[in-house]
Order: sequence, then C-alpha cells, then structure tokens
Amino acid sequence: MMRLSAGILVLAVTALAACGSEGAPDGERTGGELLVFAAASLARPFAQMADLFEERHEDVDVVLHVAGSQRLAAQILEGAPAGVFASADEPQMQRVAEAGSTTGAAVTFARNQLAVVVAPGNPHRLTGPSDLARADITVVLADPSVPVGAYTRQMLQRADVEVSPASFELDTRAVLSRVALGEADAGVVYTSDLHDRDDVTAVAVPDAVDVTAEYQIAVVGSAGPSAASFVELVRSPEGAAILERAGFRAP
Amino acid sequence: MKRPADRAPRGIALLAGTAIVLLLLPLAGLALRAPWGRLPDLLDRPEALAAIRLSVTTSLAALGLATVLGVPLAWILARRRFPGRELVRALAVLPMVLPPVVGGVALLLAFGRRGLLGGPIADASGTSLPFTTTGVILAQAFVAMPFLVVTVEAGLRSMDTRLEDVAATLGAGRWAVLARVTLPVVAPSVAAGMALTWARALGEFGATITFAGNLPGRTQTMPLAVYVLLETDPEAAYLLSLLLLIVSVAVLIALRGRLLGSR
Repeated sequence: MMRLSAGILVLAVTALAACGSEGAPDGERTGGELLVFAAASLARPFAQMADLFEERHEDVDVVLHVAGSQRLAAQILEGAPAGVFASADEPQMQRVAEAGSTTGAAVTFARNQLAVVVAPGNPHRLTGPSDLARADITVVLADPSVPVGAYTRQMLQRADVEVSPASFELDTRAVLSRVALGEADAGVVYTSDLHDRDDVTAVAVPDAVDVTAEYQIAVVGSAGPSAASFVELVRSPEGAAILERAGFRAP
Repeated sequence: MKRPADRAPRGIALLAGTAIVLLLLPLAGLALRAPWGRLPDLLDRPEALAAIRLSVTTSLAALGLATVLGVPLAWILARRRFPGRELVRALAVLPMVLPPVVGGVALLLAFGRRGLLGGPIADASGTSLPFTTTGVILAQAFVAMPFLVVTVEAGLRSMDTRLEDVAATLGAGRWAVLARVTLPVVAPSVAAGMALTWARALGEFGATITFAGNLPGRTQTMPLAVYVLLETDPEAAYLLSLLLLIVSVAVLIALRGRLLGSR
C-alpha cells in the first residue's frame, strides 16, 4: 500500500510538472499573450497603451499587471513570466537587470513629481510638506520599500521634516484612497495620481525640495518581438502624449 | 482483515494523491527555502520582534472578544426560536466567506472616521479606530468570531438537553444551569472553536491592512510584516511565514481528534 501511494505521488508530481511547462509562457507565446508589469501609478496610461497596442496588433493580447514596482520586481525575480517591466524608479529596475532578467538596456520614458494630497478644499489648511509634521492631522505615507515611499522619504529629508505617519501603505493608490475615504488628512503621492480627481486636492511641493521620479522600461526575459514593439509604442510620440495627458512629464 | 469496500477506486486514489501534492508542495517549498539557521537572527530584528509581539497580543485579545460575544450568540442561535433566526445565523457566519479585504472596507464604512458609528464617535471624541492596535483587534475578531459561533452552536445542538432540564427541575437557576451544566458539557466545542478562532485571528491579513493600515509596532502584525519583508528581505519573510506555519500546525495537532475526526 505504501509503495502504491508513493507511485501516485510521483505520477501526480509529473502531471503537475507537465502542466507547468505548457502553461507558463515567457511574456508571450500562448495565443500571442504579452504580459506587461507596470508600476501602480502607471495604471491608467498603460491601460490606454494596451488598448492602442491591441488595436494595431490584433494577434497579441496584452495582459496588464499593475502593482508597486518593488512587488513587480520581486515577482520577476521569482520567475514571473513578464514580457515588459515598467518601473517607477531606477533601483527596482536595477534589481531586475542585475539578476540578468532584462533584455537590452532599460530606458527612462517618463518623469513624475510628488504632491501632498488632502481633502477637497484643504480643510486643515496645509501649506506644504513641512505641515505634514503637525500633530493635529493624520498622515499616511507609502512604505519606503515602495518607490513613491522612497521618493517621499528623500523629499521629507530635503525639507528637513520629521513625519510620524499613521500607516505605511504598500502602493501609491492605497495612500490616495486613505485620503479620498477621509481616514487620513494628508498623504504624499505622485502628481499624476491627482490628475482628473475631484475627490482630493493637491498642495504644491516647492521645487527646492521636490524629487523627480524616473520611470524606466525594459523588455524582460525571452519575450518575443511584441514586447519590444510595446516598449517602442510607450516611447513613441503617441505614447508620450498618452503619458502627458495622464499627468506625467517627458523624460 | 480488509473489507472489499475499503479498496478505493483507482481514479480516486490518483486525485487524492494530486490533492496532497497541491496542499503540501507549497509548504514543503517554504520549509526548504527558509534559512533555518537564521531563525535566531530574526529575533534580533526589532520590526520582526515587534510584529510577533503585536500578533500574539492582538490575536489573544481578539480571541477574548470573540469568546465573550460569540458564545452567547451561539447559545441564542442554538436554543432560542425567534423570527429571522436563519437570517441572523447566515449573517453571523458571513465574514467566513467574505473576502477579508471586503470585510476591511465594510469595517471602515462602519467604524471608520466617516463610518456609520465611527463618524459620530470621531466627531464627539476626536478619536477613531483605523490605524490603531484596537482596530487590528476589531478586524481580527470580525473575521474570526464566526468560527467560534459555528463550532459552539454545533456543540450546543448536539448536546443532550435533558441534562439541563434535570438541573432545572432540581432547582438550579438559569445562570446556574448555564455555568454548571451547559458550559461544562460543551467545553470541548468551546475549546475547539477558540483554537480555530485564535489561529484565524493570528493569520488575518486583508481586513487588518485595509482597516487598520500598516505601521510597525502598532498595526503591523506578522502576516503584514511577511508581506512587506517579502520585498526587502525575502529570507526574513520566509522565516516569519515558517513561524506562522509552525503555530498553525501546533493548533491542528491540538485539535486532532476533534476536527480531523480521527479516533
């Protein structure tokens, strides 16, 4: 009986392994699927990029996976079958590149700034980053392991402000929704996050302390030609226009 | 002596074997990848230590809250007939099947700074539950209490109520019957329910991060620390996961014979 169950176990493992080798494409393959990993802040413009790309390449199905860049990098390093990686900062792209997971050099394709986000009408009358230290408001920041959190930390250092946040959120959208839901009075997000939003307001960050976020993109792994053409689209004037309309700046 | 009926049809054995692989392979992966030798170092990391401490205290507090409120609810559901009882029972176990993140959003809408109850409280007192350790306990109790209610109610339903009747005819008051007869009889069910509830509270992630946020030392419990560490220090994340796994296995072993049905 013991021998029989061991045999079954071996069978089951090989069956699973067989499924695995068919079911895990590298970025594209099964029916021309292109898996694009994009930073959380890129969610909207990249959804438009994906639509545009699919219009032009009818045989390719773009699957967009959006999360904090640090999470995407970790997933790629653990073998996630991404075809394109668009990171909100250079260090996360570097992690992936150093592990030999990228094909060709990563290029900067957009820039972003930081904004202090508050409720509409700025009820607590914040004037800038230094007010984030005020004891009478609840502040939420992104975790320093997340690109926007690392940028925020740099910005606060430049402004010489000590902030004790109520929570370290794991991507920029989470920070934004805390303020939008009214659980927090203020947070720090990208200026592009506030584009077209009327449920929150931005308090400007002075140029002297602002930090410029640099977005990089690269083809990952053994992805086929469609990954390279997707990167081309993002860097084309059309791609730049989409990014600009979403509140990003040209590189 | 084997009875013919004990022999499983071939297909079933194969599917059961696959199920075992599916269930055990991830755990084996975790156990193999975790750097066991670094386990002592983990206890030197302040954030890991803070997460362990926070997880232990909040899950025990959530267990206390769930027990104090859940046992009476189970008793009412098992012993009292009232209109809408089936509805109340369904609602009481809803958090078991609700995605925890949805539970977290629901908690925000109830106890958040602009919530149904949280709003007036925040206006009156200036305090609110999100981003606090109390918020963590509330989120854990919300998600875990149904396990207690379901287990204890099943115990109450299967007990011989004549024991209570006899005690009552012998002159015991309602509280005396409950404390001296009912609770001792269903004690094994209460214990099993408490173990499940505690384990569920300890592993709670979605409702906690949604409702209480993520701040080391205040709301960052072990599952949240695992999630954050996975990006900065995967090995530490594996070790913390392993600790949680060991605790879960310990709970299951303690429950052996009660839940797993072995004799």
